[in-house]
Amino acid sequence: MTRAMTIAVAACLMLAVAACSERPQVVQYKQGTYSGKPDTPPYQSAPYNGDKAAWERAMATRAQAQNEYKRTN
Amino acid sequence: MARMKFLCDAERCIECNGCVTACKQEHDVPWGVNRRRVVTINDGVPGERSISVACMHCSDAPCMAVCPVDCFYRTEEGVVLHDKDLCIGCGYCFYACPFGAPQFPQTGAFGVRGKMDKCTFCAGGPEPDGSPQEFAKYGRNRLSEGKLPACAEMCSTKALLGGDGDVISEIYRNRVTMRAARGSISGPPWGWDSAYGGPQPASAPTPGPAPAPAPAPGSKS
Repeated sequence: MTRAMTIAVAACLMLAVAACSERPQVVQYKQGTYSGKPDTPPYQSAPYNGDKAAWERAMATRAQAQNEYKRTN
Repeated sequence: MARMKFLCDAERCIECNGCVTACKQEHDVPWGVNRRRVVTINDGVPGERSISVACMHCSDAPCMAVCPVDCFYRTEEGVVLHDKDLCIGCGYCFYACPFGAPQFPQTGAFGVRGKMDKCTFCAGGPEPDGSPQEFAKYGRNRLSEGKLPACAEMCSTKALLGGDGDVISEIYRNRVTMRAARGSISGPPWGWDSAYGGPQPASAPTPGPAPAPAPAPGSKS
């Protein structure tokens, strides 16, 4: 009987502290400002490694591929 | 670089839904969610027009303004993205968006709304670029690979243009000039007034007296 009560009390205690392990979803919430995780700009990725000019050149070249007048003439 | 924008040429769209398919395939978009769709006006009537619609990444995004948990942010390229870890799926953004861009997966019990999903301009989200977590939540990050959105790049008629606003508007301007030379008429790009504001005048006109309204036909002066 005593053993069963001990187990029950231990289980209740474990349940009571279960929420303590939950990490906060929003660290600092400030009204009207973005509160999520920070994002990195696209030119920080592996192919460009922070070279913004190279990334912009690549995008400009890629955009001109949509201009079929330039492609056919 | 200017802002990233979409431009859909209603004169060219043939309603092939290739952009929709490309988007779903590229990002492994779940069943029931369409980040991009094609809308046809006057379907079946001579002169029908089709437009490919998705998030336009507005200059003054209404979704951003109404979000109660402020999960939206705008990148320096002008792409409007959101953090799915913050989104509570309330649906306010859906009602605010003039383009119907926000989508909500209904995979839970009782048709419960999941976290909002929308076009990311193939720019991923707030997770490490190219990571499995980013792909699972937001889809592929093509911008970080130096590529433009899949929908625009694979459009067979080049009706849908995506990229730097200055570049694609120049492509469109050139196209309209060619059309005008052939004698066909073309209006402003669809949705640009709603998403990016109307055309900006070079210089603000000086305020003057308001012109008198023209008398209605049949009215006595």
